[in-house]
Amino acid sequence: MKRVVFFIAMIGVCIVAEAEVSPPNMSRVGPGPYRPLYPPTDKEKEIAVDAFFLDRRPVTNTEFLAFVRENAKWRRDKISGLFADERYLSHWTGSLDLGPGADAEQPVTFVSWFAAKAYCESRGGRLPYEAEWELAAAANESSADAKDDPVWQRRILDWYSKPAGRPLGKVGRSVPNYWGVFDLHGLIWEWVYDYNAALVGGDNREQGGTEKLRFCGTGALKASDKNKYADFMRIAFRSSLEARYTVGHLGFRCARDLEDK
Amino acid sequence: MPDTGGSAKGDFGSPRGDPIEAVLTQAPELPPPTKRDYPAKVVVHLEVKEVVLPIADGVDYTFWTFGGQVPGKFIRVRQGDTVELHLQNHPDNKMPHNIDLHAVTGPGGGATSTFTAPGHESQFTFKALNQGLFVYHCATAPVGMHIANGMYGLIFVEPPEGLPPVDHEYYVMQGDFYTVGKYRAKGLQPFDMQKAIEENATYVVFNGSEDSLVGEKALKAKVGETIRLFIGNGGPNLVSSFHVIGEIFDRVYQEGGTRYQENVQTTLVPAGGSAIVEYKIEVPGTYILVDHSIFRAFNKGALGMMKVEGEERKDIYSGKEVDSDYLADKAAPSQAVAKAAEKMKEGELTGDLQIAAGKTLFQGTCSTCHQANGEGIEGVFPPLAKSDFLMADKGRSIEIVLNGLEGSVVVNGKPYHSVMPPMSQLNDDEIANILTYVRNSWGNQGEVVSPAEVQAVREKTARPPGAAK
Ligand code: HEC
Ligand SMILES: [Cu+2]
Repeated sequence: MKRVVFFIAMIGVCIVAEAEVSPPNMSRVGPGPYRPLYPPTDKEKEIAVDAFFLDRRPVTNTEFLAFVRENAKWRRDKISGLFADERYLSHWTGSLDLGPGADAEQPVTFVSWFAAKAYCESRGGRLPYEAEWELAAAANESSADAKDDPVWQRRILDWYSKPAGRPLGKVGRSVPNYWGVFDLHGLIWEWVYDYNAALVGGDNREQGGTEKLRFCGTGALKASDKNKYADFMRIAFRSSLEARYTVGHLGFRCARDLEDK
Repeated sequence: MPDTGGSAKGDFGSPRGDPIEAVLTQAPELPPPTKRDYPAKVVVHLEVKEVVLPIADGVDYTFWTFGGQVPGKFIRVRQGDTVELHLQNHPDNKMPHNIDLHAVTGPGGGATSTFTAPGHESQFTFKALNQGLFVYHCATAPVGMHIANGMYGLIFVEPPEGLPPVDHEYYVMQGDFYTVGKYRAKGLQPFDMQKAIEENATYVVFNGSEDSLVGEKALKAKVGETIRLFIGNGGPNLVSSFHVIGEIFDRVYQEGGTRYQENVQTTLVPAGGSAIVEYKIEVPGTYILVDHSIFRAFNKGALGMMKVEGEERKDIYSGKEVDSDYLADKAAPSQAVAKAAEKMKEGELTGDLQIAAGKTLFQGTCSTCHQANGEGIEGVFPPLAKSDFLMADKGRSIEIVLNGLEGSVVVNGKPYHSVMPPMSQLNDDEIANILTYVRNSWGNQGEVVSPAEVQAVREKTARPPGAAK
């Protein structure tokens, strides 16, 4: 009898692990391949990304305000200059007051990598890796890999080419993608844990040497790769950042491993 | 002329005196000559801004700019100066940017040192060892796209003794642009990467817009004056055949270098390169600046003007003033068309006003094919003058202008098997005015066409793929 109970319990555990229910407001993404624009070595043209959980929406001003209330050291009047530049949360009226310049449901922006990382950790998660973020963002509404959808490509490039000087939209108002995730494109840039992994040199035309692939600039892109231009722009953007930087259109969302390892 | 010695003789020692904040100017203006006889430290603050501005009448484009306009602000220093350049990336911008100045001696021309995230600033210093007129541009990935969006300008490194004085100096920079919509398709037009790769420009313009140097904004001068143009070409792709219709360049500093050629009709300006041209003006009138790769001038916007006032010189030139056929809608775009638009608003639009406005618009959009006298070219472009086909059906004529015409038609008994492109980039008023003019000229007699009628056809019919809505 004892044995049977134990056996059943085992099955239970297995089932839970298999179809592990997503935490609230997170989607299960992957597993899937990620093809970096600049593969670290020839053998790593494709990286296998394990399944993970990703916030369905970017973190909002309201959510970040709650975090700041709980963790005074991340208030804009308390934060150390090592962890954020002087624009940190500058669109809020006060240290604990969003005010008219920051809508409750807008994604929080003007946050540094340090602050984003601390937020995710306080919520039991972490920042997504670039490979994870890119895997999630490679999907359109109907398919996990939208690289052959020109309309979707066009929409992404259109966002990159619109100036940013207008109020941000609210989170979760777009159509969720294949994984059920909102706003990966068309709302903000997002921090990733390894934001400068694919460091693009400041001069994006340099060639040769060990960094050849990474520094190859547009010259190395064939016309057939033109749908990689969006990837290119994201990598250029990320590589211009430093961990203490804050930018008006740069926010984040959190990720989590499937189960505690 | 002795050899200037290039960079080997360009170092005049450490900067002297107090640092000088550089005067930067928007095109077509230039900063004044430095008038200095010693090397100084010159501080340049250049701010990158991503802005929406018109590239043509009714057509907006998101430009990425050094200083708020295309081309970027003009920088003027003296050979041997030490330049401290601050690149500020405006907080509202979406993109990181940097700057590569062709005037810099050193790898990357400054690009690596100035790669800057939105809301941040970077700085680097260089000594301007070579004199000449140099292009600067952004070199952030995707480089072609940053340049295609307008990220270029000029820096002039004066020879130590300066240039001889002239009456006017102007800054003109050409660039090619690639939009998803066709030439003059209205509205905000996104960048088209595929067209850029194919080097199939939608616009080729001076100073960032079709209209930047026409009408009120034409360059100005007087008879007897000497002009110096600082010409740049940002590209990204096309080499310019720069020419001023009715003028001969007395001197051209080819490629912006030190020596000049004399008596030049057309000078090549490479993408990422420059030229300085000088000429004395003897005869008054309107001079047309073009890229003499000429379809760019009349079909893509590479056309500017210099208006010269002064005494006629019939002994030199007896000819008539601006040739309106040549200039098409640029000659007097404003008056007739503007008047019709104004009266239209006031509800007082008459057939005569429509005809007057339609005439200018016709010269600009239809006369290339159907000819200014409406008679077309037999076998190729059907006549509009006394065309039985045109006059038979008013609704159909609206449809033809909006949606184009393809396949065989018989006009006045003669068959045509050709293609007319859709002209849907024209707005309802413009089409109504053109058709009212066409249906009441060269012996044609018909009723006026109202904007409402055009609107109705626009709503009822579909545009062919690729045409403006
Ligand atoms: C690029 C050359 C081109 C331009 C520009 C052009 N057309 Fe045409 N048009 C044609 C051709 C070619 C045809 C005959 C098409 C065919 O064979 O099916 C035509 C046919 C027509 C017809 C019907 C045949 C006739 O002669 O009555 C009308 C009306 C007409 N065009 C009006 C205009 C008007 C008005 C404009 C300016 C808004 C214009 N077109 C601009 C080339 C042009
Ligand atoms: Cu740029």
